Amino acid sequence: MTLLDTVLFLPLVGFFLLLLVPKDNPNASRVGALLISVSVFAASLGLIAPYWFAAPAGWHFETNLPWISYPPIRYHVALDGLSLWLVLLSTLLTPVAVLVSWNHIDKRVKEYYALLILLEFGLIGVFVALDLFLFYVFWEVSLVPMYFLIGIWGHERRIYAAVKFFLYTMAGSVLMLAAIIYLYNKSGTFDYSDILAQIQSGRLVFDARVQLLLFLAFFGAFAIKVPLFPLHTWLPDAHVEAPTAGSVMLASVMLKMGTYGLMRYCLPLFPEASRNSAPWVAGLAIVGIIYGALVALVQPNMKKLVAYSSVSHLGFVVLGIFSFTQQGFDGAVYQMLNHGISTGALFMLVGYLYERRHSLEIAAYGGVATPAPNLAAVFLITTLASIGLPILNNFVGEYLVLQGTAQANFTWVVFAALGVILSACYMLWLYQRAFYGRAAEPVSHHMFDLTPREWAAILPLLALMVWMGTFTQSFLPPISAQNAQILQQTQTPAAAKVALNAR
Amino acid sequence: MPANFLPTSVEYLRVLPDIILTVMGALMLLLEAALPDRQKWIFAPLSLAGLSAALLGALAAYSDPGPAFQNMIVVDGFATFFRVLVIVVALLAVLSSSDYLRREGSMGGEFYALLLFSTAGQSIMASAEELIMIFIGLEISSIASYVLAGYLRDDPRNNESALKYFLLGSFATAFLLYGIAWIYGVTGTTNLVDIRRALLNANEPLAFVSTAAALMFVGFAFKISAAPFQSWAPDVYQGAPAPVAAFLTVGPKGAAFAILLRVFFTAFGPIASTWAPLLWAVSFATMTVGNFAAILQSDIKRLLGYSSIAHAGYVLVAVTAHSGAGSAAAMFYLAAYAFTNIGAFAVVTYFSRKGERFTKVDDFAGLAQRQPVMAAMLTIFLLSLIGVPLTGGFFGKFYIFKAALDANLVWLTVLGLLNSAVAAYYYLRILVVMYFREPGEAVEHLPPAGPALKAAVYGSALGTLILGIFPGWVLEFASRAALR
Repeated sequence: MTLLDTVLFLPLVGFFLLLLVPKDNPNASRVGALLISVSVFAASLGLIAPYWFAAPAGWHFETNLPWISYPPIRYHVALDGLSLWLVLLSTLLTPVAVLVSWNHIDKRVKEYYALLILLEFGLIGVFVALDLFLFYVFWEVSLVPMYFLIGIWGHERRIYAAVKFFLYTMAGSVLMLAAIIYLYNKSGTFDYSDILAQIQSGRLVFDARVQLLLFLAFFGAFAIKVPLFPLHTWLPDAHVEAPTAGSVMLASVMLKMGTYGLMRYCLPLFPEASRNSAPWVAGLAIVGIIYGALVALVQPNMKKLVAYSSVSHLGFVVLGIFSFTQQGFDGAVYQMLNHGISTGALFMLVGYLYERRHSLEIAAYGGVATPAPNLAAVFLITTLASIGLPILNNFVGEYLVLQGTAQANFTWVVFAALGVILSACYMLWLYQRAFYGRAAEPVSHHMFDLTPREWAAILPLLALMVWMGTFTQSFLPPISAQNAQILQQTQTPAAAKVALNAR
Repeated sequence: MPANFLPTSVEYLRVLPDIILTVMGALMLLLEAALPDRQKWIFAPLSLAGLSAALLGALAAYSDPGPAFQNMIVVDGFATFFRVLVIVVALLAVLSSSDYLRREGSMGGEFYALLLFSTAGQSIMASAEELIMIFIGLEISSIASYVLAGYLRDDPRNNESALKYFLLGSFATAFLLYGIAWIYGVTGTTNLVDIRRALLNANEPLAFVSTAAALMFVGFAFKISAAPFQSWAPDVYQGAPAPVAAFLTVGPKGAAFAILLRVFFTAFGPIASTWAPLLWAVSFATMTVGNFAAILQSDIKRLLGYSSIAHAGYVLVAVTAHSGAGSAAAMFYLAAYAFTNIGAFAVVTYFSRKGERFTKVDDFAGLAQRQPVMAAMLTIFLLSLIGVPLTGGFFGKFYIFKAALDANLVWLTVLGLLNSAVAAYYYLRILVVMYFREPGEAVEHLPPAGPALKAAVYGSALGTLILGIFPGWVLEFASRAALR
């Protein structure tokens, strides 16, 4: 039993413990959830140990046990530089989500926190599973708690949003399941590293058409989750209707399941198909970047604005992945983390505003900076991080993505850079309308500054925004090392020849 | 030599579960006449005891597998799997019925006797290796089921259900019988293995053999509610008493799949290339019709009725694969579906209250707030029907589509998986009303569930989860016992 197993199963144990808490004592559930999620986070910090002085690629904390004898499905989990920070992001944001929900959730409190902790279990599982079947199990398991979180504790149109979210994801993932079974039938195993080794060594070869179909089956599931234009329509609904913590977990961690899947499975398993698809995938990513930004620009609803900005930001991540360059990969992974932190923080801050005035319309606010200066300052920092101001985190990721993409295709960069400019437009305009200017009603009406609990929830994210923007070296080496390996795995004979000629 | 026709003791052992079930059923009919009304509670425990004994009998029979009665019956792994399955189904059905019958004020012994007779018929179907035996088993099971569907004779819905079931069921059996007559005419035998041998020699005209197979398939298709012979199913399941509907969707249907597999794999195996395309089309039509019709339903019993059509379609995918893996997948799926569906119907039984007043999906509004445990149980069953991992339904689907891909049925797999995504929509609707709506009139003042019903619900949930987390145990047995 490694530390990783502990980090993975602690939330599951916590889920069952929370079910035992008496129903009529909501504070016990809150405190219990906080204790569990904080201890999971504390435990997960230990996962950094192997990366402390070095940046080794490959698996750490590996556990490989039989689960089902036939077909041979194994409990195989491990950590590498790609999944390390995503696991930590999940474990960090869960206690944050617990804090955010403290007063906001007042009905069926016990079920709420139990589901939130169960969600953490599913999310960590997705990032550490190395058995394709186990991965699929976690992929689906993470769907169920989020469905309930949106459906029970969401806003007015929550039922529509929850069902749409479930069906979109399900429709994508059943085809992935078919592809997983097909891979098993050809390779005789569900084990990711085993299948990968077979493909790398040429023992398992698919002809171009089959490989493209398999790639599309995986890609479809991931592209819905990311979400890539034009599969993004579930996202604004889910985000707007979800409770604050639901939006935070959805934006910060769940969307990364898609981009993580692209890097972990699509690219190394189907390198030719991935490389051949790069032009149109990058095209969709760029459309997403610009389309998401333009739609965000005209949103009267703050949450919807942030949701569409996610579509735009995630477009950058996909663009970086399909640039097939070291910098592009590094930027994509870094941007996954950045987006998790800054967009998560934005959703929290919008949630803070909502708790004060019970409206998500931008028009309901104005001049908030006067009664709530600290809230305004924090919102400003987060806004600046989100639009990619240097010394804050998003700048690093966006820069790396653009640099990597420039090596692949300079035209793409021209269009993608437009997204950076547009993001400044919609975010700063939002900030101006909500925090400065004339108010629709007296500015102090139901408006107060940050409470200690709210500070506690946002402070770690603020610190990370600065830290990740200035001391990139604390985070990037493990990512780069692993990405170099993934890039190596996506070298097809044809691509290798091109690389050689370039040298 | 007449001595050869006297059964040996091992032959009796091989039909032990059938004997136990029949004797217990007959005993209960006698007791029904003899006992005063206030002692009628005895029947439920008595039938539980009878079924448990039959379960042990089925296992004992497997301790010495082999043919019996001039190869009319064969006790092999396959037969034992389905015997155990139908007996466990009957056990759960008894548990969910006893509270129901008390509630409806109709605690007759004949209900349990009929249930045991039907189970005996299914057990015979599971082990029959000869067409006449199959026919006899099917009739025993069906006739008892017709009566069960109309058990509350004062309720017009029950009467309608029973009559429809009876008329269409007899019609279907006539097809089957006609098919049996054809194949006997062509090959001169009714024994499945002999038919196979005759077909392997390929002296028989394919047209006649195919006609016989088609006629028999029509008969089976009625029994498993495959399209285009599915239209009776929702009406019957909606009209029948809820615990009986639960029993009908899994017991007789499971046994009908057993004989379908046995006849088409064993007897008609040599002409698989002829019937496989037909089954391809039927399985696709069945799941599609079932799923899309279920979307439109507002009554939960009817919804589960259509969903049972769709699930029959999934199992037919495994039959179409025509392989050992396909047979094993079908067996596993039927087991998982049995627990899931019996459990779901048991919750509906509990919730519908006296006279089954509340069977609309909308009546479930807010159930999670008033009865969180029951709602959680129904959630497990619905997630299993959707096919979410860690439930039996997921592994069932997984094995079926794995077998289909093994057999290169790529398109059928894709269509089947997309179908299961469509199905998620209507199952989610139940979850939506249960969890996301405020409690309505129907869930107020719900009396607590009786102990027997609780046992049925918890038992089914346990079965669903065990098949979802440790499917290896059952699948391993099914793989060894599968027909090839």
